[in-house]
Amino acid sequence: MLETPAGPVPRVASPLTARDRLGGYGVRWGIGRMRYTVDPGLYALGQPGAGSPVLVSANYKLSFDSLRAACPGLAAWILVLDTAGVNVWCAAGKGTMGTANLVGALNDRGLRQVVSHRQLILPQLAAPGVSAPQVRRLSGFEVVFGPVMARDLPAFLAAGQEATPAMRHKNFPLAERLALAPVELVIALKYACPAMLLLFLLGGLGHAGGWAAGVWSKGWPTALNLLWAVLAGAVLGPALLPWLPGRAFAAKGLWLGLLAGGLAWLIGRPAPLEGAAWTLMGLGVVSFLVMNFTGASTYTSLSGVKQEMRWAVPVQMACAALGLVSWLASGLWA
Amino acid sequence: MGLRYLRDVTTLSLEAGRCVGCGLCLMVCPQAVLTMAEGKATIADRDACMECGACANNCPTGAISVQAGVGCAQAVINSALGRTTGACCCTLEPRGVPPAGQ
Repeated sequence: MLETPAGPVPRVASPLTARDRLGGYGVRWGIGRMRYTVDPGLYALGQPGAGSPVLVSANYKLSFDSLRAACPGLAAWILVLDTAGVNVWCAAGKGTMGTANLVGALNDRGLRQVVSHRQLILPQLAAPGVSAPQVRRLSGFEVVFGPVMARDLPAFLAAGQEATPAMRHKNFPLAERLALAPVELVIALKYACPAMLLLFLLGGLGHAGGWAAGVWSKGWPTALNLLWAVLAGAVLGPALLPWLPGRAFAAKGLWLGLLAGGLAWLIGRPAPLEGAAWTLMGLGVVSFLVMNFTGASTYTSLSGVKQEMRWAVPVQMACAALGLVSWLASGLWA
Repeated sequence: MGLRYLRDVTTLSLEAGRCVGCGLCLMVCPQAVLTMAEGKATIADRDACMECGACANNCPTGAISVQAGVGCAQAVINSALGRTTGACCCTLEPRGVPPAGQ
């Protein structure tokens, strides 16, 4: 704790502990992601004084940790807003990382007594929710938008609060896309696992060799084929995103579905009707999953997503339904 | 890297007559949509706009307007199904208006 005119303020260190890293790794796999929070309020990073900068962040622990980890040796105040455990950019979109919440926190947390200046440094991606002109009008504090990524903050501060164009641009490199893939996979598997079990059991329906034989010869490979489609959509989709043809994510997913279906055909060597059924089901599943990655991506607009969904959702449903019907029918000729 | 989204969909518009040239919109845009020309902001790369709303939210004179939202298919599905919360952080509530019935 650090004693201040507004009372004791908890101190935090810049280096992350093994436990912080483990927690961060866990939420990337969807473990405890919706309750991975820090308490909102004021924190002291290092040994800040009345003239030290004030950095504003969200109360998602991954956001808070990446901010402090990016600033070794910096003495600063960190004001954590209550964003219901949501990261800065998403919370800005929802409005919790917003003007009203920020102005309220400035009054509640006694910041005026703690610092002598009237300036706040916010992540650039808070700007959809926080209006700098309004904050100044409502509180007297000047909002400075720092870089997009916390890791650029030391360079931004060293340059006299100047960001390079690269620091202001949100890109979406492979490492970042792959970091998002596990959560996509975990969420998709929640739905895919029961569906796999169903396909496995349905494989025996009407099979010439009896139900048990059909389950193993037809149900099992088809369930595996669904698993493959989920892996393709949730992992290969994000990984291959820039190289898949088309601009619409659903279109990228259709191409990937064709590729995945072709591979499944080569490896599984199904009967023609069964193989066609696999490919159709795969097209629907892969296209849907890649389309869902719009939410995790960094460059899609709501108008664009609505436009692609108008054609894509019917196509995906038709593929999946046609695939399922032809697969069920394929048993009747087996 | 070939990450460009759909053409001709954004709702972004800029009224040059109201622009005072403060440059805040250029600063907050994460997609380098805007540039400054002769002391006024102009739209240089319209199709890169992701409708996050940062520019309009920070424009001191209301020169920029955009129907801001999250480009998230799950959020569109959530709103179509009438969900207001879910495993995903996204829903499509209008900005600045508390969700109805909560």
